[in-house]
Amino acid sequence: MSDNTIQSPLPGTFYRKSAPDQPPYKEVGDTVSVGDTIGLIEVMKSFHEIQADKAGTIAAFLVANEDAVTAGQSIVELKM
Amino acid sequence: MSIKVVKPGLATSVQDLGRPGYYHLGIPISGGMDRYSLRAANLLVGNDEGAAVLETVFMGPELEFDKDTTVAVTGAELPPKVDGESRETWSEFEIKAGQRLTFDFLKSGARAYIAISGGIDVPLALGSRATYTLGALGGFEGRNLLSGDLLPIGKSSNSSRGKCTIPAALRQSVGSEVELRVVPGLYWHRFTAESQKQFFEDVWKVAPEADRIGYRFQKGRPLNFMDREQPFGAGSDPSNIVDSCYPYGSIQIPGGTEPIVLHRDAVSGGGYCMLGTVISADMDLIGQLQPNWPARFVKVDLDQALKAREERNKRLGQLRDAI
Repeated sequence: MSDNTIQSPLPGTFYRKSAPDQPPYKEVGDTVSVGDTIGLIEVMKSFHEIQADKAGTIAAFLVANEDAVTAGQSIVELKM
Repeated sequence: MSIKVVKPGLATSVQDLGRPGYYHLGIPISGGMDRYSLRAANLLVGNDEGAAVLETVFMGPELEFDKDTTVAVTGAELPPKVDGESRETWSEFEIKAGQRLTFDFLKSGARAYIAISGGIDVPLALGSRATYTLGALGGFEGRNLLSGDLLPIGKSSNSSRGKCTIPAALRQSVGSEVELRVVPGLYWHRFTAESQKQFFEDVWKVAPEADRIGYRFQKGRPLNFMDREQPFGAGSDPSNIVDSCYPYGSIQIPGGTEPIVLHRDAVSGGGYCMLGTVISADMDLIGQLQPNWPARFVKVDLDQALKAREERNKRLGQLRDAI
């Protein structure tokens, strides 16, 4: 199942935007290249970018904005 | 010998058993959040229990070794890999010169301890190699590791003793809902009888802000304080007191909403009323809690706390005997 998903390396809170007044990094249907930022994880009072480790097109977000995530949880499903 | 930090992980620092003796001057005890696991990692590679190791939280570093050596990873279930090949946690394993140590996604727990034969040989600061990042004291240049750092490794005293592993019963593990035992403190009387009860009834969840300074808990019902006219020198919020000393493990509840358990890098005093103190035997466990993990506080008295400490010391003895 992890073949076509991007996973969070960290537990914490997931955000799809860099700030509340900014547009989301990515939307469903957007293309993703390796190294693109797809969201942020907040933990221990700091924010960490989640970067794509594979390329494709976003089929779905598996986690909603501001949801709690665990390490290794799939965040995004890609169409390869 | 040295180790090159290729990627630092999230917040990886050099830690040992800590720097007791200066808390009255505002310098915290620091050291590993889970010292049981830290000791186990050192024992596995033949170090003194209190040798300096790496504490890594949630996401492991990538390290490159320039000499053959022995390594062990304990604490959180953060699976190590040598040049991409899996290795066991809670067991010693060999790394050859030029090989890289990386980690898979965290499976359980929060903090892993990476011990290297010979220990991390940073200079002592006030008797300890522990990192206190807020005070830029100790460890590697007083901070968390960064890419490109070269960590000096001490002389290894052991020759290989064959494959060494810690039995499952002696490994640190985190239950699905943890219980943290608490002795009520000097300010216990400041809480209403109802709040005293409800603090121990509610299931709390670790807040994402929880770190080495303090572990914050949320999602329990707000607590109420007894009415009083605030004394001279105390802040105006009912959770304020005239400034007092904060023990390691003490629980403050600013505004009555989110309890904070002070941990290894805590401030030593301030103006928040403390409900009680988490017993020393349960402090290591707190260091292994992930954000949103459920926890309940359990009221105990001092006799029970001392008994728990005795049991923990017995377990430490078993750990030493197992290796």
